[in-house]
Amino acid sequence: MKQKIMKQNLIALLSGLLFGLGLSLSQMIDRQRILGFLDIAGNWDRSLLFVLGGAVTVTVISFRFVLNRSKPLLVERFRLPTKQDIDAPLVLGSALFGIGWGISGYCPGPAITALVLGHSNPVLFLIGLLIGSIAYGVSQKASTSSSLKVE
Amino acid sequence: MLEASDLRALGGGLLIGLSATLLLLFNGQIAGISGIVNGVMRFRTAELWRWLFLLGMLGGGLLYEYGLAVESTPLPDAPPWVMLLGGGLVGVGTRMGNGCTSGHGVCGLGRLSIRSLVAVLTFMATAIATVFITRHLLNG
Repeated sequence: MKQKIMKQNLIALLSGLLFGLGLSLSQMIDRQRILGFLDIAGNWDRSLLFVLGGAVTVTVISFRFVLNRSKPLLVERFRLPTKQDIDAPLVLGSALFGIGWGISGYCPGPAITALVLGHSNPVLFLIGLLIGSIAYGVSQKASTSSSLKVE
Repeated sequence: MLEASDLRALGGGLLIGLSATLLLLFNGQIAGISGIVNGVMRFRTAELWRWLFLLGMLGGGLLYEYGLAVESTPLPDAPPWVMLLGGGLVGVGTRMGNGCTSGHGVCGLGRLSIRSLVAVLTFMATAIATVFITRHLLNG
């Protein structure tokens, strides 16, 4: 059991390494390049298209094989999202995320990897992210507990 | 014509796809960074793998930036309030929408999830609109 957990941890570390390597090699940690991709009316940078295209091509193929298995290699079951419907939080949340991305030029992965550049921008972004995420979590808990009281 | 930057971008994308594949195949987990970050905030021992994933990301960045790269990645230069505001919106939005470019984009589309497709189209649209407004309408 301990052996399996150690293997899982090693996989997590390796997977993260490949992810971070991929983000920096592709220059996704350069916010100006990201903004250049999003700036379709300006001097368009197509890099992100190749990154997403490359990544999704791999996963569309590999996930088909992986998810055909009855279980993953080291754990008992796949931890997949269960929601199927397209609801307001999905659309509104995605919309807000996009605005934040368009303002900062960062999304979570690149911001974390960009910490290695030693600049304060990604640090501030991540502080903002943590505050936003915690605030949303708290507001959700508050609204569910108050609706329980009403009953 | 394909340029060096296109090939690096493609290479990076393939690495990201490989990363997500390994995490799903071995650990059964989705490589969605916003989900991983939200998970570490619960501070449970079962979530150690998330910390290791994030650590690995930093390692990968360090390896590239200080080991493999021929030239340094340009440094960012935005005012602090832009970072805090942008981060705040991303923090709220990714938690509300349950994913980001890696979760919905790389993994969700990989799973052929309609939910993720809607998410991707939505955040791409608002991100592009935001940049258009800030760069071309508000004088940038």
